[in-house]
Amino acid sequence: MKNKIAWLSAPYVLWMALVVVAPIIMVVFYAFTTAEGLAQWGEIPITEIFTLDNFARMGTYTVIFARSFQLALVATIVCLLLGYPLAYVMAKEGPGFQRMAMVLIMLPMWVNFLLRTYAWMAILENNGILNNFFEAIGLFDLINRIFGTDLTYFRMIRTQGAVVLGMVYNYLPFMVLPIYSVIIKLDHSLLEAARDLGANSAQVFRKVIFPLSLPGVLSGVTMVFVPSVSTFAISRMLGGNNQMLLGNLIEQQFLGGAYNPYLGSAIALVMMIIVIVCMVVMNHFGEGEEQAVML
Amino acid sequence: MKKITALTLACSLALGLFLSGCAMEESTSGSMSFTAGSGSTAGNNSSSTTGSKREVNVCSWGEYIDESLIDKFEQETGIKVNYNTAPSNEELYSLLQSGGVNYDVIVPSDYMIARLISEDMLQPLDYSKIPNYEKIDEQYKGLSFDPNNEYTVPYTWGTLGIIYNTTMVDEPITSWEVMFSDEYAGNILLIDNSRDAFGMALYYLGYDVNTTDEAQIREAAQLVADAKARGVYDGQGMDEVFQIMEGGNLAIATYYAGDFLSMHENNPDLAFCVPEEGSNWFVDAMCILKSAKNVDEAHEWINFIASTESNLANMDYIWYASPNAEALEQYPAYYEETYGEPLDQELYEIMAAPKDVLARCSMYENLPAETLALYNDLWIELGI
Repeated sequence: MKNKIAWLSAPYVLWMALVVVAPIIMVVFYAFTTAEGLAQWGEIPITEIFTLDNFARMGTYTVIFARSFQLALVATIVCLLLGYPLAYVMAKEGPGFQRMAMVLIMLPMWVNFLLRTYAWMAILENNGILNNFFEAIGLFDLINRIFGTDLTYFRMIRTQGAVVLGMVYNYLPFMVLPIYSVIIKLDHSLLEAARDLGANSAQVFRKVIFPLSLPGVLSGVTMVFVPSVSTFAISRMLGGNNQMLLGNLIEQQFLGGAYNPYLGSAIALVMMIIVIVCMVVMNHFGEGEEQAVML
Repeated sequence: MKKITALTLACSLALGLFLSGCAMEESTSGSMSFTAGSGSTAGNNSSSTTGSKREVNVCSWGEYIDESLIDKFEQETGIKVNYNTAPSNEELYSLLQSGGVNYDVIVPSDYMIARLISEDMLQPLDYSKIPNYEKIDEQYKGLSFDPNNEYTVPYTWGTLGIIYNTTMVDEPITSWEVMFSDEYAGNILLIDNSRDAFGMALYYLGYDVNTTDEAQIREAAQLVADAKARGVYDGQGMDEVFQIMEGGNLAIATYYAGDFLSMHENNPDLAFCVPEEGSNWFVDAMCILKSAKNVDEAHEWINFIASTESNLANMDYIWYASPNAEALEQYPAYYEETYGEPLDQELYEIMAAPKDVLARCSMYENLPAETLALYNDLWIELGI
């Protein structure tokens, strides 16, 4: 029976091969070649065309790697701290509240990602909505009088904080939804059993609910961390491009003056590998529990 | 277990869609094109062999044409225009390199034209099909990127300069020095591309902006890097400059004259200067790609756009100066007729820089690959 409908997955398999596997193969191919090497295709032995040159240059970019992973990690932690309680409360409330909360979470996602980020630019600017609001309520006057400063605005945009804010804002739903879906399906009899056996609320949460919700947490962490680590629009629009992130570095290789897709692919490949390693390590924390399918 | 797996799969699918959406948006108009007129984008790939349906594929910059010209051309000639945009010369170049597009007409800037010619990607034009080419001022012909006038018909020209908010600076700005001094530290936006950013330092240091001397380029980059390390720049940006300067969020930025005039419409406190040390003046010109399929239609389009009428409409819409001598001369009268008030002479001279300003400006030339790589490395160092 099962085999008879296996062909139904053919379109999807084909799709995956075209848009996932083929591009990855291309990235790997580019990563191990250079423009000079490929120009000599057929003239020099094929083993000499493949090179590690691109990776040899990677040392310079360690700082950018570190910064990207650090910011993505901070964004992920903030998302988890905000998202878990929200998902938990949602799952515990009645269906009316759940529907309402779900709509509120999904609503912003109906608006184009770039537009939402542009809106944040208008809010955070030196002369933007938030600073004008502070001005109007006399906050700056108050601070200036107390501390003797001559503050006219808070510097919010074009900082790392703004980048993290952009990541959290854009990716928070991806943390909330998987956790919520797991918690809402928890078997209530398990919680009752825990209580019967004398566990208080904190213990029920720590020993039963949280471990059982780990698969959702792991999915959420992946879905927030991966796009955060590779974003470049957010750092450009909210971070003022002051400090490059990995996404900007890769973009620069493709769209900067020196067109170098080979180096760009190598950086992308290293990034992918680091992300995969992170995910594998993280999955170990969830070992013994029901594991979410990662990646 | 199964349900969780299914759920996770569903979520990852949603995420995948979302990400691919972002990726498309993040590359902005680079890969996303819109089709002007009523037709479908599918027409993009159909060749003109049938002859029944004539079309031309144009790629230009965003907000860089009076769109009513497209309709007018379609009505006059029956040729459908597939109008696309790219965000920058570099992105246009990588679009062409990746081979996923088939444009007929492109409108790159001088140095990129030189690069495309040297890489044999453009085809010589048949000027007998472009009678309006005669109206292009001699000043914009025979320039370094196309010395023998074989490949290009100039589209617009302009200068790079300093835009500042007169309410936020103490006195008029006349020199690049302000971009490297601490006077307005933290109140300046650095232009976010290596050529312009290091270029202004080269001008300030008195070097040739097209130098290939590594020491000079390094010195210029160091000047920018030092200023950045001291906190002179609040950030780096290209298109963001509109929102930042119009809203009075920062005092000073470096950008192009035509775009300054657009900003000035929304914030009259802004002023523009072409620094005394000199600056870049550029020409964007229409070219036909070697791979073009609709060569005749491309020539018709170029001729149409080169006309005085089209140039006047374009100039009025995008605020970039026209290379068409008649149009440039007639523009103040055209403006007065259209808006019922005279054109501010000062603004006109910002749009079309007079000869004495142009005399201190120079054009970017295509740099050799090693120099481009050096620019790229230094630019990334700046971001580390």
